[in-house]
Amino acid sequence: METVTNQSYDQMVKKASPPSKSARNISMAFLVGGAICTLGHALIRLYMSMGVPEETAFPAASITLVFLSALFTGLNIYDKLAKWGGAGTLVPITGFANAITAPALEFKSEGYIMGLGAKMFIIAGPVIVYGIAAGVVYGVILYLFQLY
Amino acid sequence: MELFWEYAKAFLVGGAICAVGQVLIDFTKLTPARILVIFVVLGVVLGALKIYQPLVDWAGGGASIPLTGWGSTIAKGTRDAVAEKGIFGALSGGLTGSAAGVAAAIFFGFLSAVAFKPKAKEE
Repeated sequence: METVTNQSYDQMVKKASPPSKSARNISMAFLVGGAICTLGHALIRLYMSMGVPEETAFPAASITLVFLSALFTGLNIYDKLAKWGGAGTLVPITGFANAITAPALEFKSEGYIMGLGAKMFIIAGPVIVYGIAAGVVYGVILYLFQLY
Repeated sequence: MELFWEYAKAFLVGGAICAVGQVLIDFTKLTPARILVIFVVLGVVLGALKIYQPLVDWAGGGASIPLTGWGSTIAKGTRDAVAEKGIFGALSGGLTGSAAGVAAAIFFGFLSAVAFKPKAKEE
């Protein structure tokens, strides 16, 4: 059932979007994604100027962006930005935060446990699963071949 | 001028990584979830090959903010933990290295979902 829906959706997308649109999409992703990363870099500089060591300033900047993304997703602003930015709003860590916040908010009506709590991971879950699994595989390789 | 160049590098590298994501969306049938998975795993691989850290050193936020940067923190955390704790570190290192981002996204996402009302079609 789901594949049929996806296929028919793909056909609709194909009909609706001429190929020349890609150039525009890619430019917008570049600009919006670049802007979010530049903001992140400004935060790193700001925290380091406040005396925060580099190894803390980097995650602190990411956390700040995650906070802003969760906030703007709740305010229904991030989704509007995503319409313009495409992958520019998906690929930065703000996209990950959006992928957690948006379904959590949407499925809150199904309850705080199986709605908000479970649906929160509908996209983030696979990202965490494959990211952590890749890390463990890497760790085992490091250990077996004594590469550390 | 030096400061301008530093921000320009962050903008260009971050923008380029996102543009790659858009190319994948426009020219393949990959869903956003698949693209996020690909970027994180790619980040782990590039981090493991020690290719990603030089990019972070060069482009700062331009490389650390995209999800590939988050993936590279999994690789770095794993490498540090294996060096320190042996095989146990293979399990503990990835989450340790990437903990701040995940916990922040879960916690702030939770707060936001509790605090705000879903848009439209809500009874």
